[in-house]
Amino acid sequence: MLEVRGLHKVYDSHGRRVEAIGELTFTVDDGRFACVVGPSGCGKTTLLRCIAGLLPPTGGEVWVQGSQVTGPPSGLAVVFQEYGRSLFPWLRVRDNVELPLRAAGLPRARRRELATEALAAVGLSDAHRAYPWQLSGGMQQRVAIARAVAYQPQVLLMDEPFAAVDAQTRADLEDLIRSVWRRLGVTLLFVTHDIDEAVYLGERVIVLSAAPTRIREDLAIDLPVERDQLATRSDPRFTDLRAHIYAQIQKTRHPAPQEELS
Amino acid sequence: MTKLPGWQGLQRVALVLGLPAVLVVVWWFASADSDHLVFRPLSEILVAFRETWLGPRLVEDVLPSLSRLARGYAASVVLGVGLGVLVGWSRTLRALLEPVLELLRAIPPPALIPLIGLFAGLGDSRRIVIIIAGCVWPILLNTVEGVRAVDEVLADTCRSYRVRGLTRLRQLVLRSASPQIMTGARQALAIGIILMVISELRGTVHGIGFSVEQFQTSFRYPEMWSGVLLLGLLGVALALLFRLADSWILGWYHGLRASNRER
Repeated sequence: MLEVRGLHKVYDSHGRRVEAIGELTFTVDDGRFACVVGPSGCGKTTLLRCIAGLLPPTGGEVWVQGSQVTGPPSGLAVVFQEYGRSLFPWLRVRDNVELPLRAAGLPRARRRELATEALAAVGLSDAHRAYPWQLSGGMQQRVAIARAVAYQPQVLLMDEPFAAVDAQTRADLEDLIRSVWRRLGVTLLFVTHDIDEAVYLGERVIVLSAAPTRIREDLAIDLPVERDQLATRSDPRFTDLRAHIYAQIQKTRHPAPQEELS
Repeated sequence: MTKLPGWQGLQRVALVLGLPAVLVVVWWFASADSDHLVFRPLSEILVAFRETWLGPRLVEDVLPSLSRLARGYAASVVLGVGLGVLVGWSRTLRALLEPVLELLRAIPPPALIPLIGLFAGLGDSRRIVIIIAGCVWPILLNTVEGVRAVDEVLADTCRSYRVRGLTRLRQLVLRSASPQIMTGARQALAIGIILMVISELRGTVHGIGFSVEQFQTSFRYPEMWSGVLLLGLLGVALALLFRLADSWILGWYHGLRASNRER
């Protein structure tokens, strides 16, 4: 389970004080899939880094699997947006996937087994021996996902992982993430600026306001569990939800005066 | 890497060896009738080469020189990389040491030879210390730069996957600094060869540098030339060895750069 309680983050550098996150409180229960969407510059990445224990919050608490986050928690994996920079260019694909397992002290045979399974799960069974830079962008992001899967996390964070790949690859990767999530039963928090993606992927969409960030709306996505790029995206309910979120985000970017007070 | 040499391979070999071959031929014929005391015919120099360096001197002079170079160079790599990782890692240490390091690096190592003689004695250790005194700086300073330039996303990846300690040092810090470390090591190798010779000019009766000096003062010019030739050949051989090591250690880096150029 993932709990964010009264999270508050202020950047204070060279006398310039920027309030990135005003106040955020939400919970994602075990095995649920939540998307976080918001206007650009609303502190999505800040939120994710606070949850991952990579950035200390100014106020509030983050709890992962019942313990408070003070540094990177065990049982939590992150897939970063910059796949090209989050894979080790000097390690082959398999060694990239195995590195966190090696650091965790797993025996060689077990590492091999987990890496092979994870690479098969993302459709890269025949790329073990390649270097990341020999692969396309979409395949590199699959390697990063395989690394997260092999790590067997209870909580998986994804920071706009598909922002830098082309549309077709992106659709494939979205379906891949849905299937990985359903198979692993992992708690997934997926940050994106793409409203369609958030609605298509999540069971729930948390809509953020512009900075200083608050929760604008916490919306359940009542679409069927089986999602399909064609059928789901042309479902009238899908269109309603995305229009609703779009309107919310438009409002937060140009807030009416009385909303400023609340 | 070594495929059967096709037409392109032959062309490359011709390109690489062409100019040296021409120069040797020109040298051969231009010097053939020379009766100048210093500029002896190449044929004479080659005979001197075989008689001088392929005899007992190989063991008495060449190997001791190369062994001192190897020991001094290896110590420089260990010291330079070790200190470089520490200094690159700690901001405090860097602020404290960087001005001093820049100053020490600016001193030409030959100027230190009398000083080093004072405390390192007159034996092998003195000459090895001289080699270290010159070789360590490019390795150290390049390692510091390399360690400082570790990619933030990779560092975050290591933190969030709890890759720490020695695994982190080996798999993140050293590997990502390795292109800069190799740049420093390449500069250090050239400096090391120079210092190997200079360190033997005084206070020893063995070594290639000593022999060349001795041949010159005893008017044995063909032998002197053959020593210069030997140093040149050793330089080329060491550079080739270095390239082998480079392509083994930095294969990923050259591939990455080539694939970035294509995109």
